[in-house]
Amino acid sequence: MLRTVTFFAVLLLAPLAAQAEVTLSGFLQQNTAFNTAAANPDGYHQKWLEERAQIKLDATGGAWHLLAKGDFAYDHLGRQDQSELREGYIDYTGNNWDLRLGRQVITWGLGDLVFVNDFFPKDHEALFAGRPLEYLKRGVDAVKLGAYPEFASFELVLAPGFRESRIPDARRFWLYDPMPAVVSRKTVKPEQGDFGLRAYRDIAGYDAALYLYRGFQRTPSMRPDSMVSPTRITYFYPKLSAYGASLSGRAGEGVLSLEAAYYDSREDRAGSDFAVPNSQTRLLTGYQIQPAEDVSLSFQYYAEIMHDYDTYLTTLPTGFPVDKRWSHTVTARLTQFFLHQTLRLSAYASYNASNSDHFVNPELRYSFTDKVWGAVGANFFGGKPWGQFGQLARDDNVYLHIRYEF
Amino acid sequence: MKHWWIWIIAALLPLAFSSQALAFSGEEVMKKSQAAFLYPGKDFKARVVMKLINKDGQERVREMTMLRKNMGEPGGDQKYFMYFFQPSDVKDMTFMINKYPARDDDRWMFIPAINMVKRIAAQDKRSSFVGSDFTYEDVSGRDIEDDTHAVEREEKVGDRDCYVVKSTPKGADSDFGYKFTWVDKANFLPLREEQYDRKGARYKQFTADEIADVKGIPTAVKRTMKNLQTGHRTEVAYLKTDYGLGIEDSLFSERFLRQPPRKWVD
Repeated sequence: MLRTVTFFAVLLLAPLAAQAEVTLSGFLQQNTAFNTAAANPDGYHQKWLEERAQIKLDATGGAWHLLAKGDFAYDHLGRQDQSELREGYIDYTGNNWDLRLGRQVITWGLGDLVFVNDFFPKDHEALFAGRPLEYLKRGVDAVKLGAYPEFASFELVLAPGFRESRIPDARRFWLYDPMPAVVSRKTVKPEQGDFGLRAYRDIAGYDAALYLYRGFQRTPSMRPDSMVSPTRITYFYPKLSAYGASLSGRAGEGVLSLEAAYYDSREDRAGSDFAVPNSQTRLLTGYQIQPAEDVSLSFQYYAEIMHDYDTYLTTLPTGFPVDKRWSHTVTARLTQFFLHQTLRLSAYASYNASNSDHFVNPELRYSFTDKVWGAVGANFFGGKPWGQFGQLARDDNVYLHIRYEF
Repeated sequence: MKHWWIWIIAALLPLAFSSQALAFSGEEVMKKSQAAFLYPGKDFKARVVMKLINKDGQERVREMTMLRKNMGEPGGDQKYFMYFFQPSDVKDMTFMINKYPARDDDRWMFIPAINMVKRIAAQDKRSSFVGSDFTYEDVSGRDIEDDTHAVEREEKVGDRDCYVVKSTPKGADSDFGYKFTWVDKANFLPLREEQYDRKGARYKQFTADEIADVKGIPTAVKRTMKNLQTGHRTEVAYLKTDYGLGIEDSLFSERFLRQPPRKWVD
């Protein structure tokens, strides 16, 4: 059986290898983020300090396409495992269907650093340490099937194994910990994979999409072995299903985005397990305009509504921070280009009205030549000590990137 | 010969008709010019190399494949698809425009870094196209109805006879106050354009530097836009230009924005 499969695979790939157009590209990069408020828990004064080289191989032959993107990184802050295969996949394009097999980055939904229907792994640490945009997403090892009949387009993602989002490292970031005395900790990853389905089409000039996900939360929850005298904490990824929709199109002078999703917390549908996030509804409204040449402004309103809130309140152990039923967040982004679009100023700000969590990220990026660009930016955090951004109040940083592309 | 004057009228009639036929209005000239410059063929493809050159001579290169399909008659809806090769930080980026006369375009962008398709706001058609001296309107056309047009005179550009049309924006939302276009009388291509700012000072100058015959269609394969006030200029070469390729409607979709087909973007 295996022999037959291998034989046919070779038969199929041989013409690809023979006729493929192959290109090699990549970059060399330096990336540093200096603390501006306090040293890391591990004593270092930088959130990030590394040199990185990326090699990208792109091969196309007929209906086949291969992409492999590998990073080699040297970290000066004691992590030696940062080299990785960023993406590596094979595409096959049929007439009205296609297939992508391998490690791939998938982004769904319309949000700007706000995720309603993007169920795929992210790298929150990359965002908070001011790494370049592409590091905000992690690839998933999956099969993606696309089908494009006349009436709509479909994208089915099947991942045999689960891949989590990367959360900030407790050695580099000051993170909220309700039980700091417990040192024995372990992480249990789901043994199953997950799947997602997206269907989309144009409806009267609007881009409409429906989303479905069945898998797990990408960020871990924590469960102590005992509430009275905990000795061990287990991190785990609760079961999750999600059902969502989005719509975007022209409204007035700008582009309006609407998105909603219901998160079904399958691990705790009653909402009585304090360690598992309750089911919730997520809503997003975004609006983007271009008020002047080379200037773009966008605003978002994002809400998370917790279900079974009364049960949550009655089962939450005392001493744990209490989340609001409604969490309202507003964000704004300004992007402006100068000098024939070689200099870009961008500023992103997010404010949560329910817990005063806030995050500000200004950045200036300049292309010195067509091959060399650099950026300088900052991340400022604040809010309640247990909030998403509030806990990072001591992690403010200023970052620099310089990249040579070849 | 009582009715000798009838013969004179009869003799003059064809002359009167022919001169009437030749005397196009400014609007007619600009309509024909738009059809010749921005709508020829059912569809169109070119590898576009743009050199952005500052007054000190420093160059930046923007290189893309541009595909266009007409969705109706000249002056009607069009779809554009662009795939970027250079600079390296935008390699593999794709861009799609649904262009409608008399209303704002729809635009989408694919950002390969995070594999995301984004719809982008586009009410300002006078903004720069990829940082060049060309605006979106210079690339994909300005609505004829946005300006009043008058044939000012006839003049030669090189050895080509041209109409010189003065176009003045009807609204106040444009960056130029008025412009002159030298339109070739034979093939209606704009060979030169001079834009003046709102104060009447010379602002931008367009020249069609080389006209080639592509499948029988005269095509401006080299063009320059120069900003006379800053000294910055953009030189554009259209390579591998072709018409009537049979580009499918389905190309202009999210599917192919994410995975541009090799056969169209080489």
